[in-house]
Amino acid sequence: MAKTSKAVRFDPADIKEELLKKYPPKVARKRAKQIMINEAQESETPPEIVANVRTIPGIITMRGCTYAGCKGVIMGPTRDIVNITHGPIGCGFYSWLTRRNQTDAGETGENYMTYCLSTDMQDQDIIFGGEKKLAAAIQEAYDLFHPKGICIFATCPVGLIGDDIHAVARKMKEKLGDCNVFAFSCEGYKGVSQSAGHHIANNQVFTHLVGENQTPPEGEYKINLLGEYNIGGDGFEIDRVLRKCGITNIATFSGNSTYAQFASAQHADLSAVMCHRSINYVADMLETKYGIPWIKVNFIGAEATAKSLRKIGQYFGDKALMDRIEAVIAEEMPEVEAVAADVRSRTEGKTAMLFVGGSRAHHYNELFQEMGMKTLSAGYEFGHRDDYEGREVIPHLTVDADSRNIEEIEVEADEKLYRARKTPEEIKALEDAGYKFKHYDGLNSDMDKGSIIIDDLNQYEAEKLVELLKPDIFCAGIKEKYSIQKLGVPMKQLHSYDSGGPYAGFKGAINFYKEIDRLVNSKVWSYMKAPWQENPELTATFVWE
Amino acid sequence: MLLRHTPKEVAERKALAINPAKTCQPIGAMYAALGIHGCLPHSHGSQGCCAYHRSALTRHYKEPISAATSSFTEGASVFGGQANLLQAINNIFTVYEPEVIAVHTTCLSETIGDDLNQIFEKARREGKVPEGCTLVGAPTPSYVGSHVTGFSNMVKAMAQLAEPSGKKSGKVNIIPGWVEPADMAEIKRLATLVGVPVTVFPDTSGVLDAPLTGEYTMFPQGGVTIKELKASGDATATLAMGEWCSADAARWLDAKCKVPCTVLDMPFGLAATDRFIDVLRTVAGVTVPDAVAVERGQLVDLISDMHQYLYGKRVALWGDPDQLISMCEFLVSLDMQPVYVVTGTPGKKFEERIREICAGRPFEVKVKAKGDMFLMHQWIKNEPVDLLMGNSYGKYIARDEDIPLLRWGFPILDRQGHQYFPTVGYRGGLRLLEKMLDQFLDRKDRDDPETSFELVL
Ligand code: SF4
Ligand code: SF4
Repeated sequence: MAKTSKAVRFDPADIKEELLKKYPPKVARKRAKQIMINEAQESETPPEIVANVRTIPGIITMRGCTYAGCKGVIMGPTRDIVNITHGPIGCGFYSWLTRRNQTDAGETGENYMTYCLSTDMQDQDIIFGGEKKLAAAIQEAYDLFHPKGICIFATCPVGLIGDDIHAVARKMKEKLGDCNVFAFSCEGYKGVSQSAGHHIANNQVFTHLVGENQTPPEGEYKINLLGEYNIGGDGFEIDRVLRKCGITNIATFSGNSTYAQFASAQHADLSAVMCHRSINYVADMLETKYGIPWIKVNFIGAEATAKSLRKIGQYFGDKALMDRIEAVIAEEMPEVEAVAADVRSRTEGKTAMLFVGGSRAHHYNELFQEMGMKTLSAGYEFGHRDDYEGREVIPHLTVDADSRNIEEIEVEADEKLYRARKTPEEIKALEDAGYKFKHYDGLNSDMDKGSIIIDDLNQYEAEKLVELLKPDIFCAGIKEKYSIQKLGVPMKQLHSYDSGGPYAGFKGAINFYKEIDRLVNSKVWSYMKAPWQENPELTATFVWE
Repeated sequence: MLLRHTPKEVAERKALAINPAKTCQPIGAMYAALGIHGCLPHSHGSQGCCAYHRSALTRHYKEPISAATSSFTEGASVFGGQANLLQAINNIFTVYEPEVIAVHTTCLSETIGDDLNQIFEKARREGKVPEGCTLVGAPTPSYVGSHVTGFSNMVKAMAQLAEPSGKKSGKVNIIPGWVEPADMAEIKRLATLVGVPVTVFPDTSGVLDAPLTGEYTMFPQGGVTIKELKASGDATATLAMGEWCSADAARWLDAKCKVPCTVLDMPFGLAATDRFIDVLRTVAGVTVPDAVAVERGQLVDLISDMHQYLYGKRVALWGDPDQLISMCEFLVSLDMQPVYVVTGTPGKKFEERIREICAGRPFEVKVKAKGDMFLMHQWIKNEPVDLLMGNSYGKYIARDEDIPLLRWGFPILDRQGHQYFPTVGYRGGLRLLEKMLDQFLDRKDRDDPETSFELVL
C-alpha cells in the first residue's frame, strides 16, 4: 500500500503543549521527551524519543509489571507446562485466563492453561521464607499432573524476602527426574514495564528449553515464528496460511505452543519475528548459538502478510516455494480485496489512534491504511527506542539502572549444533538484492510527518488527545476502554481484541475490516443526547394532532 | 474437556492453591474507595498490582476504573516507597484534581514496611494536600485474608474519618458490604421506602453505573461524601451487612464514637431481607409502610409458584463468606440443597454458619473456608449437582460437567448487566429466582425427550 505522506490538519506543536500544560514542571519536562512530533522519513536528524523509562508515580499509566510480561505474556500460552506463581494469591489470580490466548490441546490433550496454581503465600511465609512451601507446591503439582515441565514465577515480595527460587527449582528437577523445573526472577518491580518480563522469560526459555530435542522435526522450509501469541486465534490463521504455502512452523514463541516446540526450535532454518519488542532477544540468541538468521515479518494486514510470505520465500530461494506462495496469495486476495473495497467506501478518510503494546501500534497501522484510514497519533505502552526509531539506534541506547538489573545472558556458537544456514556469499547476494536481515525500521518510519508519537501514554493525555483531535476510533487496552467510550468515541482493544479475532493473515484482515466498519459507522455513538438536550428551548407552537 | 487434568480422587494439598476462590486485598480496597465521592484510589506498590486490579474491576463492571500507583522500581523496593508516594500525591492532586485519594498498600510496600500515616503527615506538612482535600489510607497486605479483607480494611478507614460532633443526626449508617452498584442503590431505595434517613458507605451507585453521554468525568456524581463520612459518628446506629465485609468498620464506630452497631447478614433472599427491614425500623423507630410488605408478598408469591421446580435441587456455590451465608440461607428456604460451599477467604466461623443453616435438612453439606475451586470441582466429580452458582471461572466446570451456571458474585467477566440489576432485597430476590428458574427450565427444555416436551410449564 502506498504511504500517504500528506501533513495532518492540526498543529501538532499546539497539541503537545496542551498535553503538557497541566503537569507539575518536573513531570512536564519528562513527558515532553516522551512526546514527539514525527518528522518526514527523509529527515536527517530525526528527533529522539525517550522510551522504556520509569513511569512517574501518580500518573495513571497503561503499563503492567514484569511478572505480567513474563508469566502472563510469554509463558502463559504454553499449554503443557505447569506454571506456578510463587507469591500471595493475587498475581496468579489476575493472570488466570485473562489473556485471550487460544489453544488447541491436540492429540495428547495436555493443557494446563485453564489452571491457576499459586503458593498463596501467607504472613508466615513472608516472615520465615517461602522456599519450603514452594518445594512442597512443586511436588504437589507434579503428583497431580506429571507434566514435562514446571515453571516458577516470582512476584514482588519473593525478591524482597530473598527466597532462592532457582535453587528450589534445581533441587526439585533433580528429585523428580523426569520433569524440567526452572524459575523466573520476574518480580514486578524489576523493570519499568512488562518488557523486562519478556526479556527474563526469553532468557530462561532459551537456557532451559531450546535445544533439548535432538531429533529434527519433519518438513520443508522450516521456520520459527517469534512473538506471536495467538490472541483471538491469530496464530491459527498464520499457521493455516503457512501450511498452505508448504512452510513448516517448528515453534511459535509462544502462542499455542508446547514444550516440544521450544525444545526443537534450533532445527529451524529461519526465525520470523512478529513482535519485535517482546522477542528480538531470542531471535538474536538463536542466531548466535545455532546459526539461524532472523527477519522481521508482519502478518497483520493482508498486504503485509503477502509481503512477509514473499520474504520467507525469497530467503529459501526455492522456485517451487515461491510459486506456491504466489498461488496462495492469488487465491486468498480476491476475497480480502472485495471486502476491503466494500468497507473502504465507509472508512476512507476516517482517523485512528493506536496506543498499544510494543509492536501492535505499528502493525495495525497497516490494516488501517488498507482501509484508507489515517493514524493521527500512536505509541507504545512498553516499547523501547528501537521500536520507534529502528534498530539502528540500538548501539546508542543508554543503559539505566532499571535496564541494568535485567540479566543479559552470554550466548556463544554451539560447538556441535551451530550450523550457518547460508554461506556469506548467499547472504550477500540476498542483501544486494535488497533483502534485510535483522532489520526493523520502527514505528516512526510508517507514521506521517506531523503525527504525534507518544510513549507510555497515560489516562490524562489519552482523554485530552481524544477531546482535541476527535478520532473516529481509539485503540488501546481494557483499562482505557470505557473512559474513551464515555467520550462518545468507539474504542477497540488491541491487546485482547475485545472478543473478536483473528485479525492476522488474510482471514484476519477481513475480520478486522468488518469490525472497524462496524465500530466507526455504528449509530450507537449518535445516541448521546436526548431530544430535549439537543433542543432545550420550549417551543411555543407544539402541534397537537 | 477444559479441566481434564482434574482427578476425581481428592488428595490433601498443603502448599498449592489451584483455581482460587479468592484474590488479594488491594482490589477490595480499590472497589471500596470507588464508593467515595470524588475519590481516586491509589495503589502503593509496583505498578503491576494496580494494572491487574483495574483490569479485573473494569472487566467486571464494564466501566472506567481510574486508579493511580506509586510505580515502584527496584530502588523504591530497597529504600522504601516514601518518595514515590509523596510525588504521587502531588501529581495526582495537580493533574486529576480529586477531592480524596484513598491509598492502599500492596504486598510489596507491606513487606518493606512503609508507614502510610507517617507519609501522609509529611505530605500535609509539605503542602502537597490542597485545602479541603483528604487522604485516606488502609493497609492491605495480601498475604493475610483475601480481597474481602482488603475491602473491609478500606471501609474501616472510611469509618475512621468520623468526627462526632456530640449531636445525634438521626441518621442510620448502613455499610452494605461488597455488592454491586445496583445493590447499593436498592438498599438506599428500601431504606427510603421504610422512611429512614441513611448514610450508605461505600456507595458505588452513581459511580460505576455512569451514563454514556459523550462526556467523561473521572469523578461521577455518586459516592459517599467526606462530609457524610465525618457525620457518620453522629448516627443513631450502624447496620453492618456481613461479618467479613463490614463488621470491623461498624465496631470501630461503636467503640470510638459510641454509635451502636449490629452486624446483619447481607440482605439476599427473603429471611435476610426481613431481618434487615425489621432491624432498620426498630433502630429508627418507624412503622414499615405497606409498600414494603407488598414487595415482600410478591417475592413469597413467586417462591410458591416456582417451588415445584426448585425443590430438592443440589447446588454448588463458591465466592465470599458474607454473600454465601445469605445465599445458602435463601436456597435452604426454597427447599434447595446447597451441598458444596467453598470460599477462599479464611474464617472458621464461616464453616460453622453454613453448617448451622443446613442443619436438620435432608442433605449433607460440604463446606470449606480457605478452599479452592479445584477442590470443589473434585467434589462435584464424586457426586454431581444440578446448579453452579458463582463467578465466571465456574464456566469451565459448567462446560466440562454439563451443569448450568448462574453467574453471581465477583468477578463476572463474560456477562453483562449485573451492575444494573440488584440481587439484594425482595426485588433482588425476584431476579435471583427468575435467573434460577430459567437455568432449570432451559435445561429441561433442552433435555426432555420429545414425548414429554411441553409448552406450558
Ligand atoms: S503482589 Fe500482592 S497486592 Fe500485588 S497483585 Fe500480587 S497479591 Fe495482589
Ligand atoms: S506484586 Fe509485583 S509481580 Fe505481582 S502484580 Fe504486583 S507488580 Fe506484578
